[in-house]
Amino acid sequence: MLPQNHFSAADAAPATAPLFPFVLQLADTSLILAHRLSEWCGHGPVLEQDLAMANIALDLLGEARSYYQYAAELEGQGRTEDDLAYLRSAVEYRNPLLVEQPNHDFAHTILRQFLFDNFHYHLLKALLTCPDAQLAAIAEKSVKEASYHLKWSSEWVIRLGDGTPESRQRLDKAIATLWRFGEELTTPTAMEKALQEVGVLPDYAALKPAMQAHTEYVFAEATLPLPTQVFAQQGGKNGRHTEHLGYLLSELQYMQRTYPGLTW
Amino acid sequence: MNQSEWPLWEVFIRSKQGLDHKHVGSLHAADATMAVQNARDVYTRRLEGVSIWVVESKHIHASNPDDSEAFFDPAADKVYRHPTFYEVPNSIKHM
Repeated sequence: MLPQNHFSAADAAPATAPLFPFVLQLADTSLILAHRLSEWCGHGPVLEQDLAMANIALDLLGEARSYYQYAAELEGQGRTEDDLAYLRSAVEYRNPLLVEQPNHDFAHTILRQFLFDNFHYHLLKALLTCPDAQLAAIAEKSVKEASYHLKWSSEWVIRLGDGTPESRQRLDKAIATLWRFGEELTTPTAMEKALQEVGVLPDYAALKPAMQAHTEYVFAEATLPLPTQVFAQQGGKNGRHTEHLGYLLSELQYMQRTYPGLTW
Repeated sequence: MNQSEWPLWEVFIRSKQGLDHKHVGSLHAADATMAVQNARDVYTRRLEGVSIWVVESKHIHASNPDDSEAFFDPAADKVYRHPTFYEVPNSIKHM
Protein backbone atom coordinates (compact mmCIF):
# COMPACT_ATOMS: atom_id res chain seq x y z
CA MET A 1 0.00 0.00 0.00
CA LEU A 2 1.23 3.47 -0.86
CA PRO A 3 1.73 6.29 1.60
CA GLN A 4 -1.40 8.25 2.38
CA ASN A 5 -0.18 11.50 0.80
CA HIS A 6 -0.18 9.80 -2.57
CA PHE A 7 -3.97 10.02 -2.62
CA SER A 8 -4.45 13.36 -0.95
CA ALA A 9 -5.32 15.19 -4.17
CA ALA A 10 -8.36 13.04 -4.79
CA ASP A 11 -9.29 12.57 -1.16
CA ALA A 12 -9.43 16.19 -0.17
CA ALA A 13 -12.89 17.73 -0.40
CA PRO A 14 -12.30 20.73 -2.63
CA ALA A 15 -14.29 23.86 -1.90
CA THR A 16 -15.49 24.18 -5.48
CA ALA A 17 -16.03 20.42 -5.92
CA PRO A 18 -14.45 20.06 -9.37
CA LEU A 19 -16.08 17.56 -11.64
CA PHE A 20 -12.90 16.22 -13.28
CA PRO A 21 -12.03 13.47 -10.75
CA PHE A 22 -15.58 12.19 -10.73
CA VAL A 23 -15.87 12.04 -14.50
CA LEU A 24 -12.52 10.27 -14.54
CA GLN A 25 -13.82 7.76 -12.00
CA LEU A 26 -16.82 7.01 -14.19
CA ALA A 27 -14.54 6.64 -17.20
CA ASP A 28 -12.12 4.29 -15.43
CA THR A 29 -14.99 2.20 -14.11
CA SER A 30 -16.55 1.67 -17.53
CA LEU A 31 -13.21 1.08 -19.24
CA ILE A 32 -11.97 -1.53 -16.77
CA LEU A 33 -15.22 -3.47 -16.82
CA ALA A 34 -15.33 -3.25 -20.63
CA HIS A 35 -11.83 -4.73 -20.74
CA ARG A 36 -12.76 -7.54 -18.37
CA LEU A 37 -15.78 -8.43 -20.49
CA SER A 38 -13.73 -8.23 -23.67
CA GLU A 39 -11.49 -10.97 -22.25
CA TRP A 40 -14.42 -13.32 -22.83
CA CYS A 41 -14.39 -12.65 -26.56
CA GLY A 42 -13.90 -16.00 -28.26
CA HIS A 43 -14.18 -17.84 -24.93
CA GLY A 44 -17.88 -17.49 -24.08
CA PRO A 45 -19.78 -20.58 -22.92
CA VAL A 46 -21.96 -20.39 -26.04
CA LEU A 47 -21.73 -18.24 -29.15
CA GLU A 48 -24.79 -16.17 -28.24
CA GLN A 49 -23.41 -15.19 -24.83
CA ASP A 50 -19.96 -14.57 -26.25
CA LEU A 51 -21.59 -11.95 -28.47
CA ALA A 52 -23.73 -10.59 -25.65
CA MET A 53 -20.65 -9.95 -23.51
CA ALA A 54 -18.77 -8.36 -26.40
CA ASN A 55 -21.79 -6.10 -27.04
CA ILE A 56 -21.89 -4.99 -23.43
CA ALA A 57 -18.12 -4.45 -23.45
CA LEU A 58 -18.49 -2.20 -26.47
CA ASP A 59 -21.35 -0.27 -24.86
CA LEU A 60 -19.20 0.36 -21.81
CA LEU A 61 -16.18 1.27 -23.90
CA GLY A 62 -18.26 3.82 -25.80
CA GLU A 63 -19.50 5.26 -22.53
CA ALA A 64 -15.93 5.37 -21.16
CA ARG A 65 -14.81 7.32 -24.23
CA SER A 66 -17.51 9.93 -23.69
CA TYR A 67 -16.36 10.37 -20.09
CA TYR A 68 -12.65 10.46 -20.97
CA GLN A 69 -13.23 13.08 -23.66
CA TYR A 70 -15.23 15.17 -21.24
CA ALA A 71 -12.64 14.66 -18.47
CA ALA A 72 -9.85 15.79 -20.80
CA GLU A 73 -11.86 18.88 -21.63
CA LEU A 74 -12.58 19.62 -17.95
CA GLU A 75 -8.92 19.21 -17.03
CA GLY A 76 -7.90 21.55 -19.81
CA GLN A 77 -4.20 20.63 -19.70
CA GLY A 78 -3.87 19.22 -23.17
CA ARG A 79 -4.26 15.57 -22.21
CA THR A 80 -6.43 13.53 -24.57
CA GLU A 81 -8.80 10.64 -23.90
CA ASP A 82 -6.00 8.27 -24.94
CA ASP A 83 -3.52 9.84 -22.52
CA LEU A 84 -6.01 9.38 -19.69
CA ALA A 85 -6.77 5.76 -20.59
CA TYR A 86 -3.33 4.53 -21.60
CA LEU A 87 -0.78 6.55 -19.68
CA ARG A 88 -1.96 6.45 -16.10
CA SER A 89 -0.70 3.89 -13.58
CA ALA A 90 -2.82 1.62 -11.40
CA VAL A 91 -2.72 3.92 -8.36
CA GLU A 92 -4.06 6.75 -10.49
CA TYR A 93 -7.04 4.67 -11.59
CA ARG A 94 -10.24 5.45 -9.71
CA ASN A 95 -12.51 2.51 -10.56
CA PRO A 96 -14.16 0.65 -7.67
CA LEU A 97 -12.57 -2.71 -6.85
CA LEU A 98 -15.53 -4.72 -8.13
CA VAL A 99 -14.98 -4.07 -11.82
CA GLU A 100 -11.30 -5.09 -11.83
CA GLN A 101 -12.01 -8.53 -10.30
CA PRO A 102 -11.07 -11.37 -12.66
CA ASN A 103 -13.68 -13.16 -14.74
CA HIS A 104 -13.10 -16.62 -13.22
CA ASP A 105 -16.11 -18.57 -14.52
CA PHE A 106 -19.33 -17.38 -16.17
CA ALA A 107 -21.13 -17.21 -12.80
CA HIS A 108 -18.48 -14.83 -11.40
CA THR A 109 -18.74 -12.66 -14.49
CA ILE A 110 -22.53 -12.60 -14.26
CA LEU A 111 -22.60 -11.71 -10.59
CA ARG A 112 -19.99 -8.97 -11.02
CA GLN A 113 -22.06 -7.61 -13.88
CA PHE A 114 -25.29 -7.79 -11.90
CA LEU A 115 -23.82 -5.89 -8.94
CA PHE A 116 -22.43 -3.24 -11.27
CA ASP A 117 -25.47 -2.96 -13.55
CA ASN A 118 -27.84 -2.55 -10.63
CA PHE A 119 -25.84 0.46 -9.44
CA HIS A 120 -24.92 1.78 -12.90
CA TYR A 121 -28.49 1.82 -14.17
CA HIS A 122 -29.86 3.61 -11.12
CA LEU A 123 -26.97 6.09 -11.06
CA LEU A 124 -27.47 6.95 -14.73
CA LYS A 125 -31.19 7.37 -14.19
CA ALA A 126 -30.44 9.87 -11.42
CA LEU A 127 -27.84 11.64 -13.57
CA LEU A 128 -30.50 12.35 -16.20
CA THR A 129 -31.40 15.39 -14.12
CA CYS A 130 -27.79 16.32 -13.31
CA PRO A 131 -27.28 20.09 -13.51
CA ASP A 132 -24.15 19.44 -15.57
CA ALA A 133 -25.53 19.27 -19.12
CA GLN A 134 -22.76 17.11 -20.54
CA LEU A 135 -23.05 14.46 -17.80
CA ALA A 136 -26.82 14.45 -18.24
CA ALA A 137 -26.40 13.97 -21.98
CA ILE A 138 -23.99 11.04 -21.57
CA ALA A 139 -26.38 9.52 -19.02
CA GLU A 140 -29.28 9.84 -21.42
CA LYS A 141 -27.45 7.88 -24.09
CA SER A 142 -26.02 5.29 -21.69
CA VAL A 143 -29.06 4.59 -19.56
CA LYS A 144 -30.78 2.75 -22.41
CA GLU A 145 -27.77 0.47 -22.75
CA ALA A 146 -27.46 0.01 -18.98
CA SER A 147 -31.13 -0.89 -18.78
CA TYR A 148 -30.51 -3.79 -21.17
CA HIS A 149 -27.33 -4.82 -19.32
CA LEU A 150 -29.29 -5.05 -16.08
CA LYS A 151 -32.02 -7.07 -17.77
CA TRP A 152 -29.41 -9.44 -19.18
CA SER A 153 -27.40 -9.97 -16.00
CA SER A 154 -30.56 -10.26 -13.84
CA GLU A 155 -31.93 -12.91 -16.16
CA TRP A 156 -28.69 -14.87 -15.83
CA VAL A 157 -28.54 -14.61 -12.04
CA ILE A 158 -32.01 -16.13 -12.01
CA ARG A 159 -31.06 -18.86 -14.49
CA LEU A 160 -27.87 -19.84 -12.71
CA GLY A 161 -29.35 -19.59 -9.21
CA ASP A 162 -32.45 -21.57 -10.10
CA GLY A 163 -30.65 -23.78 -12.62
CA THR A 164 -28.68 -26.95 -12.11
CA PRO A 165 -26.83 -27.93 -8.90
CA GLU A 166 -23.61 -27.06 -10.75
CA SER A 167 -24.73 -23.57 -11.78
CA ARG A 168 -26.12 -22.90 -8.31
CA GLN A 169 -22.91 -23.97 -6.63
CA ARG A 170 -20.86 -21.73 -8.95
CA LEU A 171 -23.13 -18.75 -8.33
CA ASP A 172 -22.97 -19.33 -4.57
CA LYS A 173 -19.19 -19.26 -4.83
CA ALA A 174 -19.31 -16.05 -6.86
CA ILE A 175 -21.54 -14.42 -4.25
CA ALA A 176 -19.15 -15.46 -1.48
CA THR A 177 -16.23 -13.95 -3.40
CA LEU A 178 -17.74 -10.79 -4.86
CA TRP A 179 -20.45 -9.57 -2.50
CA ARG A 180 -17.91 -7.69 -0.40
CA PHE A 181 -17.11 -5.42 -3.35
CA GLY A 182 -20.68 -4.21 -3.92
CA GLU A 183 -20.83 -1.74 -1.06
CA GLU A 184 -18.03 0.46 -2.42
CA LEU A 185 -20.23 1.49 -5.34
CA THR A 186 -22.69 3.33 -3.11
CA THR A 187 -20.21 4.52 -0.49
CA PRO A 188 -19.25 8.06 -1.48
CA THR A 189 -15.65 9.17 -1.26
CA ALA A 190 -14.82 12.63 0.05
CA MET A 191 -14.76 13.82 -3.56
CA GLU A 192 -18.20 12.37 -4.26
CA LYS A 193 -19.61 13.74 -1.01
CA ALA A 194 -18.46 17.22 -1.98
CA LEU A 195 -20.27 16.89 -5.31
CA GLN A 196 -23.37 15.54 -3.57
CA GLU A 197 -23.37 18.53 -1.22
CA VAL A 198 -23.44 20.98 -4.11
CA GLY A 199 -26.19 18.99 -5.81
CA VAL A 200 -24.20 17.79 -8.82
CA LEU A 201 -24.38 14.16 -7.76
CA PRO A 202 -27.39 12.30 -6.40
CA ASP A 203 -27.29 11.12 -2.82
CA TYR A 204 -26.31 7.45 -3.19
CA ALA A 205 -28.48 6.57 -0.18
CA ALA A 206 -31.46 7.63 -2.31
CA LEU A 207 -30.51 5.08 -4.98
CA LYS A 208 -30.40 2.22 -2.51
CA PRO A 209 -34.11 1.42 -2.05
CA ALA A 210 -34.61 0.81 -5.78
CA MET A 211 -31.36 -1.20 -5.99
CA GLN A 212 -32.33 -3.23 -2.94
CA ALA A 213 -35.82 -3.90 -4.30
CA HIS A 214 -34.40 -5.14 -7.57
CA THR A 215 -31.85 -7.37 -5.82
CA GLU A 216 -34.58 -8.82 -3.61
CA TYR A 217 -36.76 -9.56 -6.65
CA VAL A 218 -33.95 -11.21 -8.62
CA PHE A 219 -32.65 -13.25 -5.69
CA ALA A 220 -36.16 -14.44 -4.83
CA GLU A 221 -36.68 -15.55 -8.44
CA ALA A 222 -33.28 -17.23 -8.34
CA THR A 223 -34.22 -19.00 -5.08
CA LEU A 224 -31.11 -17.46 -3.52
CA PRO A 225 -31.01 -16.25 0.09
CA LEU A 226 -30.08 -12.57 0.35
CA PRO A 227 -26.47 -12.34 1.51
CA THR A 228 -26.12 -10.96 4.98
CA GLN A 229 -22.40 -10.26 4.65
CA VAL A 230 -21.53 -6.89 6.10
CA PHE A 231 -17.80 -6.75 5.49
CA ALA A 232 -17.06 -4.41 2.61
CA GLN A 233 -13.80 -4.26 0.71
CA GLN A 234 -13.12 -0.71 -0.48
CA GLY A 235 -10.36 1.53 -1.75
CA GLY A 236 -10.44 1.42 -5.53
CA LYS A 237 -12.14 4.79 -5.83
CA ASN A 238 -9.20 6.22 -3.85
CA GLY A 239 -6.56 4.43 -5.91
CA ARG A 240 -5.94 1.50 -3.55
CA HIS A 241 -6.50 -1.44 -5.83
CA THR A 242 -6.35 -5.22 -5.68
CA GLU A 243 -3.38 -6.87 -7.34
CA HIS A 244 -5.51 -7.67 -10.39
CA LEU A 245 -5.59 -4.15 -11.80
CA GLY A 246 -1.88 -3.99 -12.54
CA TYR A 247 -2.01 -7.10 -14.70
CA LEU A 248 -5.09 -5.82 -16.48
CA LEU A 249 -3.49 -2.46 -17.24
CA SER A 250 -0.27 -4.02 -18.45
CA GLU A 251 -2.30 -5.72 -21.15
CA LEU A 252 -4.65 -2.81 -21.81
CA GLN A 253 -1.83 -0.27 -22.07
CA TYR A 254 0.78 -2.48 -23.69
CA MET A 255 0.71 -0.95 -27.17
CA GLN A 256 0.90 2.68 -26.08
CA ARG A 257 3.57 1.92 -23.51
CA THR A 258 5.68 -0.01 -26.00
CA TYR A 259 5.14 2.29 -28.97
CA PRO A 260 4.38 5.73 -27.49
CA GLY A 261 2.13 7.82 -29.70
CA LEU A 262 1.22 4.89 -31.93
CA THR A 263 -1.94 5.52 -33.96
CA TRP A 264 -4.02 3.24 -36.16
CA MET B 1 -23.38 -26.86 -19.46
CA ASN B 2 -24.16 -28.96 -22.48
CA GLN B 3 -25.04 -26.76 -25.41
CA SER B 4 -26.70 -29.61 -27.26
CA GLU B 5 -29.42 -29.56 -24.60
CA TRP B 6 -30.48 -26.09 -25.70
CA PRO B 7 -33.10 -26.23 -28.43
CA LEU B 8 -32.73 -24.41 -31.72
CA TRP B 9 -34.83 -21.30 -32.46
CA GLU B 10 -35.56 -19.52 -35.71
CA VAL B 11 -35.34 -15.75 -35.59
CA PHE B 12 -37.51 -13.29 -37.50
CA ILE B 13 -36.77 -9.57 -37.53
CA ARG B 14 -39.02 -6.71 -38.59
CA SER B 15 -36.68 -4.12 -40.03
CA LYS B 16 -39.15 -1.22 -40.02
CA GLN B 17 -42.65 -0.51 -38.77
CA GLY B 18 -45.10 -1.61 -41.44
CA LEU B 19 -42.82 -4.23 -42.98
CA ASP B 20 -43.17 -7.91 -42.25
CA HIS B 21 -40.89 -10.04 -40.10
CA LYS B 22 -38.22 -11.76 -42.17
CA HIS B 23 -36.29 -14.87 -41.28
CA VAL B 24 -32.70 -13.91 -40.49
CA GLY B 25 -31.18 -17.04 -38.98
CA SER B 26 -31.25 -19.30 -35.98
CA LEU B 27 -29.70 -19.66 -32.56
CA HIS B 28 -29.67 -21.82 -29.44
CA ALA B 29 -31.47 -20.84 -26.25
CA ALA B 30 -32.96 -22.54 -23.22
CA ASP B 31 -36.37 -20.87 -23.57
CA ALA B 32 -38.26 -18.14 -25.39
CA THR B 33 -37.09 -15.31 -23.11
CA MET B 34 -33.47 -16.22 -23.63
CA ALA B 35 -34.06 -16.71 -27.34
CA VAL B 36 -35.40 -13.16 -27.71
CA GLN B 37 -32.46 -11.74 -25.75
CA ASN B 38 -29.98 -13.79 -27.74
CA ALA B 39 -31.63 -12.69 -30.97
CA ARG B 40 -31.28 -9.09 -29.86
CA ASP B 41 -27.57 -9.63 -29.24
CA VAL B 42 -26.83 -11.70 -32.31
CA TYR B 43 -29.09 -10.23 -35.00
CA THR B 44 -29.87 -6.58 -34.14
CA ARG B 45 -26.42 -5.19 -33.41
CA ARG B 46 -26.41 -2.96 -36.47
CA LEU B 47 -29.86 -1.40 -36.31
CA GLU B 48 -31.42 -4.27 -38.25
CA GLY B 49 -34.73 -4.26 -36.49
CA VAL B 50 -37.56 -2.87 -34.43
CA SER B 51 -39.22 -6.15 -33.51
CA ILE B 52 -38.18 -9.76 -32.95
CA TRP B 53 -40.07 -13.02 -33.26
CA VAL B 54 -38.60 -16.35 -32.24
CA VAL B 55 -40.07 -19.76 -33.00
CA GLU B 56 -38.65 -23.01 -31.77
CA SER B 57 -37.37 -24.75 -34.88
CA LYS B 58 -39.18 -27.99 -34.09
CA HIS B 59 -42.50 -26.20 -34.64
CA ILE B 60 -41.67 -25.41 -38.24
CA HIS B 61 -42.91 -27.96 -40.73
CA ALA B 62 -41.14 -27.84 -44.05
CA SER B 63 -41.95 -29.15 -47.49
CA ASN B 64 -40.07 -32.26 -48.50
CA PRO B 65 -37.31 -31.68 -51.09
CA ASP B 66 -38.39 -35.00 -52.69
CA ASP B 67 -41.73 -33.38 -53.46
CA SER B 68 -40.25 -30.37 -55.18
CA GLU B 69 -41.05 -31.58 -58.70
CA ALA B 70 -44.67 -32.13 -57.84
CA PHE B 71 -44.89 -29.00 -55.74
CA PHE B 72 -43.12 -26.39 -57.77
CA ASP B 73 -42.45 -27.42 -61.36
CA PRO B 74 -46.09 -27.22 -62.51
CA ALA B 75 -46.04 -23.45 -61.88
CA ALA B 76 -43.20 -22.96 -64.34
CA ASP B 77 -45.28 -22.81 -67.51
CA LYS B 78 -48.25 -20.84 -66.22
CA VAL B 79 -47.23 -17.30 -67.01
CA TYR B 80 -50.88 -16.25 -67.03
CA ARG B 81 -50.80 -16.45 -63.27
CA HIS B 82 -48.53 -13.42 -63.17
CA PRO B 83 -50.54 -10.24 -63.22
CA THR B 84 -48.37 -8.76 -65.96
CA PHE B 85 -51.10 -8.46 -68.56
CA TYR B 86 -52.84 -5.60 -66.87
CA GLU B 87 -52.19 -1.93 -67.41
CA VAL B 88 -51.48 -0.26 -64.12
CA PRO B 89 -52.95 3.25 -63.82
CA ASN B 90 -50.28 5.92 -63.39
CA SER B 91 -51.72 7.01 -60.05
CA ILE B 92 -50.97 3.64 -58.49
CA LYS B 93 -47.56 3.72 -56.89
CA HIS B 94 -45.28 1.01 -55.52
CA MET B 95 -46.46 -1.85 -57.71
